[in-house]
This record gives sequence, structure tokens and C-alpha cells, in this order.
Amino acid sequence: MKQRLSATPIAYLFLAPALLLLAAFSFWPVFYGSYLSFTDFSLIRETHWVGLDNYRALFENAMFLTGLKNSLLFLLVVPFTQIGAISLALLVNHQLPGMRWFRAAYYVPVVTTVSVVGIMWGFMFHEQGTLNYVLLKLHLIAAPLGFLSDDVLALLAIMFVSFWRGLGWYMVMYLAALQSLPSEMQEAAILDGANRWQRFWRITVPMLYPTIMVCSIMSVLAALKAYQEVDVLTQGGPMNSTFTALYYAYDQGLKHLKLPRGLAASFVVSVCCIGIAFVCLKYLKPRHRE
Amino acid sequence: MKRFFLKFPHWFFHYALLSLIALICIFPFWWTLVTAISTEGNLFEFPPTFWPQGVSLENFSEVFRVIPILAFYRNSLLITLATVVGKLVICSLAAYPLSRMQFRGSKLILGIILATMILPSEVNFLVNFISMTRLGFVDTYTGVVLPNLVTAVSILLLKQAFDEVPQDLLDAARVDGANEWTIFYRIVLPLITPWLATVGILTAVEAWNDYIWPSIVIAKPEDFPLSAGILYLRGTYGSSTRVIAAGTILTVAPILVAFLFTQRFFMRGMDGAVK
Repeated sequence: MKQRLSATPIAYLFLAPALLLLAAFSFWPVFYGSYLSFTDFSLIRETHWVGLDNYRALFENAMFLTGLKNSLLFLLVVPFTQIGAISLALLVNHQLPGMRWFRAAYYVPVVTTVSVVGIMWGFMFHEQGTLNYVLLKLHLIAAPLGFLSDDVLALLAIMFVSFWRGLGWYMVMYLAALQSLPSEMQEAAILDGANRWQRFWRITVPMLYPTIMVCSIMSVLAALKAYQEVDVLTQGGPMNSTFTALYYAYDQGLKHLKLPRGLAASFVVSVCCIGIAFVCLKYLKPRHRE
Repeated sequence: MKRFFLKFPHWFFHYALLSLIALICIFPFWWTLVTAISTEGNLFEFPPTFWPQGVSLENFSEVFRVIPILAFYRNSLLITLATVVGKLVICSLAAYPLSRMQFRGSKLILGIILATMILPSEVNFLVNFISMTRLGFVDTYTGVVLPNLVTAVSILLLKQAFDEVPQDLLDAARVDGANEWTIFYRIVLPLITPWLATVGILTAVEAWNDYIWPSIVIAKPEDFPLSAGILYLRGTYGSSTRVIAAGTILTVAPILVAFLFTQRFFMRGMDGAVK
């Protein structure tokens, strides 16, 4: 309130370490990376400006195009995760014994490292694994499926693992939002004779709208940027069918040391993400409640 | 049908549904555990083994023999501790002026910090690896830890914590002639300990689980943290499923135990993130 301007240098002293690190490891990679994507950079040679060559090569590359297509297909995970998470949050938002343990169980996949998740689901997806056994017993399939060796199924398997990892995380977000909702409106609606269904659609959903928005945007961005699950489950195989756009960037940039190519790919993904975030924020602003 | 529903009360279906979902979340862990502690029973043959058979710790001792797992534990602990301490210090220092001081450019700085949430950070490691090479931090834990010390989310959570401290306390201290550092260190920081714990625990899980960046920066497998080391185990001993399962259990056990004891912090962390 009555702060003197002499506080300014002190404030910046407090902020300095954080700002330095952000500049070096968050902003610099973006700017320098975008620049490098227009060059033929390599750690051992001199760097030359090559204009749009990397981008042209990118869009002529079948692997990248598959990756881009798969990244878009990955968006299918979003509605399943969000609807699943909201339903789950409603299910555990009860004062019943044992709810604490159910919540914990759903959150366990979230705190598990991706490498372990990949190994465990590798076991589950095995041709003679538990998943095939269960599906056979339920007579849903006639013969064991090669979840990670069939090109269509492999992508679905990766998407399922991504769903499995995300469910608990978003559930907790929705649970926190549900618990902060005022209960007066629900009580008034009960007095007015509104049933469960009406109360859910007319009161809970509109009040959850901001949370649904934030979670959906996060989920969309996460889906477009998915690549770790690919790394631990299939490494892009079989026959390069499970590449995502960002996995291509990772694969080219680090495994094949074609850094400019990888950076160009990641730049394309970033532009898509920023575009989508911008559109969502602009057109899906929380509606004002009367 | 109606009579059926009346016989089985509502809560029965509620619990049945919850249990089914819980089973899907937990089963891979159970199967891995059963495989790790069994020496007999079907492995990738129908029907699968759902209960331990021929229990022994043989597979675990094999893990200790084939990979330097104790070194992995130490490396993971070191990286996690350094990240947590570093992040708490740097982020609370940054959050304090943003919450409690009026200075030129405060809005701009907050905007810059928020912008990092939108920036495409997923593949920053491609360039960060070049930076680490130039700084000479390749193959060091400094290189592993440095890029993970500051995140916008942590700064925002701590800023929110500082916002909740009553202004009267700060005014009183200023009247008594305390400088900003004393106010920060002696008065405000102790008051937000629960929030520091929340950020610390969330960071610890992140740091412990990070596997891509450490495996890029660290060249020698014996310097890997657990999360990267377990993939190294799968890569080198690909055929022995039981040993890999045992290694997997050794990797997740600490984090799961820690999670069960600190659950409430996870729920609170999310609470702040939504606002």
C-alpha cells in the first residue's frame, strides 16, 4: 500500500535466481530452438542458415506425417478422460466408509513413474498376458490379440495407458472443485423438488464449468504432446505406426542426433498447442452466472 | 428387476463400481508383485497366475546382482533432495515479493512467469542438452537438477500461500524496523510451512519419477536414478521377466509408501492449481 519505490531493487534481488533459471532453461530453449530449426546445426560442425529446408523435409517425411496424424487421433483420449474423471469424482465424493482408500487407489497410477508404467503395461498387453486372458474368458475375442504388435491396436493401447495415467489426476481436480461448491443451491433445489439428474445438469455442471474448461485444455495439450508413453511401450513401432509428432521430435533430436529436424517438429507441435490454447481461452470463457 | 434393486441396496452397486475401477488401476501392480515374489506358476501362459506360487526373494537378490540398484537409490535420493531444497528456496524467494511487495514491473514479471506455462516446454530438453554441454554440466547431477528448480506452478502456489498471511503481521514488523529479509525469513516463511510441505512433496514425486532428462544428461548407467535405471534393467536383461518385475517393485515401492502417508498433500496441491 504505502510501499516506497526503494523496494524495487530488493524485490528483484529476491526474484533474481528464479528469473535467471527461467530465462536459461525455459525461454532460451524456445527462442534458440526456433532459430536452430532454420539451420543445419550440429555439435561438431559450423552452423549454416538453411531457411525452411528442415520444415520442407518434415512435411515430406512419412514418419512425421504419421506422427502428426497420431497426435491428432490422441485427442480421442480427452473426452474419455474428462467424462471418466468427472464421473469418478462424483462417485468418490460421498461420506461413505473407505472412500479415502478408493481415492488413493485411483491416484496411484499418477504417482508412478512412466518407465514403470511402461514395463507393467507391457506385461499386461503381452500376447499371453492377463488382458488377453480376461477378454478371452469374457468371449469378447476369439483369439489372443497382439496389443503392441498390431499397428492399429498398438496406438489404442498407448492411448489407453495415457487415459489410465490421467484419470486419477483429473479426478482430484474435479473432486477439489466439487468440494468447494456451496451446498445452499443444492439444498434449495431439493426443496423445490428437483431430482438428482436435474440437479446435476442444472447446478453442478454449470458451477463446475471453469474447472471443466481448465482440465479440458490441459488434457488437449497433454494429448497433443504425448510421447513418453510411446517411448516406454513401443518406441514408435511396429513399423513406425505409433509415432506421435513429439516422439518424432525426440527420436530425431536425441536418438538420431538430427537436432534441427527434431526442433522443427517440436516447433510445429508448439504452434498447434499455442493456437488451440488461444482459441479455447477466447471462445470458451466461463459464462457469467446470474 | 425392481425387486432385484430393492434387495441389493444402492450402496452395493456403488461399491461394486468403485471396486471394479480400483481393480483396473491396481491390477498391473499386483500382477507385477506376484511375478516378482514367485518362482513358479505360469508366466505368459494361460491361465495367468494371480496368486504367488513358490514364494522367495530370489528374484530380488538377482536384481541386486545384475544392476547397481543401491547406487540407483542413492542417485534418486540425491537428485530428489537437491531438487526439493533448491526449488523451495528459489521459488519461495520469488513468490514473496510477487505477493507482498509493490515494485516496478511486478505485473510484467508475473506475466513472464505465467507465460512459461503456455510455452512449449515438453521438448526444451533438446536445447537444454546443448546448454549443458556448453556449461560443462553433462554427466553431472547439477545438470539434472538445474532446469527443474523453477516452475510457474510452484511459484503461484507459494504466492497464494503468502497472500493468506495477515497484513498486520508484516506492518507490525516494519514498524519495529525489520527489513524485508527478516520479515520473509523470520515471520512469513514459518507461517506457510504446510504449503512448503505441499510443494515439496509434489516436487519430490516429480523429481523421483523423471526419467527422460536424467537419462539424457547422465551417460554412465551406474549414475542413473532408479526411474532410468529400471529401463536399463529391461534393456539388458530383457528375457528375465521375473527379475524385471522385481526391479519394478523395488522402483515403485518407496514412492507408493510415501504417497500413502502423504495423501492429503496431493489433494491440497490440486486445490491450489485449480484456483
